[in-house]
Amino acid sequence: MAYSFPEEVLEHVFSFLSSDRDRNAVSLVCKSWYDIERWCRRRIFVGNCYAVSPEIVIRRFPELRAVEMKGKPHFADFNLVPEGWGAYAYPWIAAMAEAYPFLEEIKLKRMVVTDESLELISKSYKNFKVLVLTSCEGFTTDGLASIAANCRHLRELDLRESEVEDLSGHWLSHFPDSCTSLVSLNMSCLGSEVSFSALERLVARSPNLRTLRLNRAVPLERLANLIRRAPQLVELGTGAYSAEIRSDTFSNLADAFSACKQLKTLSGFWDVVPSYLPAMYSVCSGITSLNLSYAAIPSSDLVKLINQCQNLQRLWVLDYIEDSGLDALAASCKGLQELRVFPSDPFGAEPNVPLTEQGLVSVSEGCPKLESVLYFCRQMSNAALIAIAKNRPNFIRFRLCIIDPQAPDYLTLEPLDTGFGAIVENCKELRRLSMTGLLTDRVFKYIGSHAKKLEMLSVAFAGDSDLGLHHVLSGCDSLRKLEIRDCPFGDKALLANAAKLETMRSLWMSSCFVSFGACKLLAQKMPRLNVEVIDERGPPESRPEGCSVERVYVYRTVDSRQRLDRPDFVWTLDEDSSLRYS
Amino acid sequence: MSAPLLGVGGDEYQNNITLLSSPTSLESVCQNGSELKERNYMGLSDCSSVDSSAKSSTSDYSCCGLNLKATELRLGPPGSLSLGRGLECCPESSTAIDEKLLFPLHPLKALVTGNKRVFSDAMNGTSEGKHVSASEVDTMLSPRPSLKPSVKASKEVSAAHQTKVKEAVYKAAVLEMPHAPTESRPGHIAATNNDASAPATKAQVVGWPPVRQFRKNNLTTTSKNNDEVDGKASNGASFVKVSMDGAPYLRKVDLITYSAYQGLSSALEKMFSCFTIGQYGSHGAPGAEMMNESKLKDLLNGSEYVLTYEDKDGDWMLVGDVPWEMFIDTCKRLRIMKSSDAIGLAPRAVQKNQGKK
Repeated sequence: MAYSFPEEVLEHVFSFLSSDRDRNAVSLVCKSWYDIERWCRRRIFVGNCYAVSPEIVIRRFPELRAVEMKGKPHFADFNLVPEGWGAYAYPWIAAMAEAYPFLEEIKLKRMVVTDESLELISKSYKNFKVLVLTSCEGFTTDGLASIAANCRHLRELDLRESEVEDLSGHWLSHFPDSCTSLVSLNMSCLGSEVSFSALERLVARSPNLRTLRLNRAVPLERLANLIRRAPQLVELGTGAYSAEIRSDTFSNLADAFSACKQLKTLSGFWDVVPSYLPAMYSVCSGITSLNLSYAAIPSSDLVKLINQCQNLQRLWVLDYIEDSGLDALAASCKGLQELRVFPSDPFGAEPNVPLTEQGLVSVSEGCPKLESVLYFCRQMSNAALIAIAKNRPNFIRFRLCIIDPQAPDYLTLEPLDTGFGAIVENCKELRRLSMTGLLTDRVFKYIGSHAKKLEMLSVAFAGDSDLGLHHVLSGCDSLRKLEIRDCPFGDKALLANAAKLETMRSLWMSSCFVSFGACKLLAQKMPRLNVEVIDERGPPESRPEGCSVERVYVYRTVDSRQRLDRPDFVWTLDEDSSLRYS
Repeated sequence: MSAPLLGVGGDEYQNNITLLSSPTSLESVCQNGSELKERNYMGLSDCSSVDSSAKSSTSDYSCCGLNLKATELRLGPPGSLSLGRGLECCPESSTAIDEKLLFPLHPLKALVTGNKRVFSDAMNGTSEGKHVSASEVDTMLSPRPSLKPSVKASKEVSAAHQTKVKEAVYKAAVLEMPHAPTESRPGHIAATNNDASAPATKAQVVGWPPVRQFRKNNLTTTSKNNDEVDGKASNGASFVKVSMDGAPYLRKVDLITYSAYQGLSSALEKMFSCFTIGQYGSHGAPGAEMMNESKLKDLLNGSEYVLTYEDKDGDWMLVGDVPWEMFIDTCKRLRIMKSSDAIGLAPRAVQKNQGKK
């Protein structure tokens, strides 16, 4: 009985629940628990900023301390979402500035953040601690200066891969001398040089600093001094890793590294001069995560480095590693959990390095804990995929990108259906899958039948007919995000599975065969979905209804109003199918 | 790999091709083919009688009346939603919409129960349309704008024109009745029908390969250090932001897709015309001068706006002063600014240079 427990007791019990799922479950037990829970919820994650409005969030959760939110769909990373589409952070920041004076954390991904927003953050929240902007854009280093200057208790400033307009490096100098609370600073995406003395002083007065990711403009000669001031570092991102070969520079660096007993993660490594890599060897045995994806290092040097890192769990690397390097990886790093191999020459038609499917097969054989892979290569075979699937039934993320998107099995010239079929059939815990290559409707049938835990699927240039899409929508019970480009999927499958879309976060389809008429019908039938037609050719009504739309983005939402911040190339469809556009 | 997975492929195709010609054996269809079955997630549709058997397992290919569902989906008044119409008995309709619906390049895998007559009728319906439209294909560019950079220029082609291309190609592809899946690929459609250089342009498909801009930018400089490649990076795209004074948001253009200033300037005119047209009212009326480039062109060539860019050194220059190749290397962003604000920039040489190009 709810009344036999005082609220405070229940609150205390609930405070041990950190997962959103648990909290959501608790809030459904009864009205009184709903009420108690909403008052004591401190963290919230919004997977799609348009799924709910700031007002609704604020009304339900009056005492939040941490907000994490995502904006644009994933394909925005590849320029498939036109600029100006939306995902503006400002309305959220402004609403929360009023409602949550004690807010401490804001984490945004793929959103448009302006200097205004940053300034508002820096001035509205007295206890602001954590700002993480992943793949965001729209702000300049002036906005960073506001954050640096005004957030007295700042712990984390992390600008992962955001597009920042770099006016100058002066922003860093805005951290007051009294600021000693920094735990994490990631400025790796910035271009300009910051004042090195300001940086050194900042690092020196931050005893809790655990993560420091420098930008390319910090030369190698400066690195030793910085590291020396922060031997407690756990994660380090170097700047440019090149300098004239000089023994004093080398020994300086090696000494500095050897003092860092806690170092677990290394990244950065622009412009690597391989002779300087051995300076790091003293820390390699403790390294669990290594990001060399910007480093053009020849395979032999990579192998030497990797052989030092026996406890490696995560490796991001360019395809310069070659098949032979991956063989060495498989032999040395038995604890490897995640591998990402990026293309050094993504637009070249011919292979520039000897990296093939063999490398992935080796790693899948040699690394029993491997569960997450992102692999770019130029050829693949069903046999290889089947081998990989049999070797590693514990995959949870499998993303394969063959540079030629419709490449068949290079040995048999058949579609890669059976290969990917083996992956989904063997890897029963698979949560994320991206496929490329010549693929027919059959692969989707396999996915629909087997990939019961699949949450996110990315498809490009695949399938033959609506049946493909239908298999996925009707079979993948756990599907949350589906993104499709350039596939012959159209209205039938979409409409036949309209109800499924409400169980998912979102569906993205671009350059497919979805007609405007179908979009209208879908919007009509499913009032809790927003159906956005994103088309730069002008109003959809100016074309026949059967004409395909350029892009359609469907997502569930509890915000019943239409988006007010739509640009002129986005049309959202009302329940009565009347067209709304700005 | 277990036999079923491997063995299914060939048979399926055979069965379905025969289905087309003799629409009699429902059972064979149901056993071997897979079809669209609406999943009753929300208890919204009442096809429980038909659904119940299908619900047990996804591999149980019992036939389910897609068309029943389709009938339910049709909420709009008859005639306004030709989708519904297309799925019901309208054998003679050969409107673009029906034909689009009938798109499956792959012969119908038993999308029907009891209504398969509809599909085969509808298929027959398309055959009339096929011949007419197939001829249109040859005159068109690739219908898949994202596959060819030159098709970006085809945005100058009217929207309706482009639509026709897409539909024409579908019909033509249906004509092909491919038995190998290859030909039904969108990219290969273009190849089959146009002899266009679709394969050669894959390297420049928008957003392909899926490497983030951030990474691409870093690679350019990395590869420059390692091997000189024509002086220009093998980077397939060069997106720069374009802002216009007074416009609520900015756009991005890929400079590499244009071969000269003219192409860039027309593209920008298209992109930003809506902002200036807004001043003239009639923004949303269908068929109105949404894309009235001439008005914007007047504005641009007249004295109201100038196109400027920021170069690698951070200086703002007037566009058109340097050779095109140099321009795309050095341009970091573009701005359409009011002439009145452009005082103090390099001497106005825009028209002069455009004349040269």
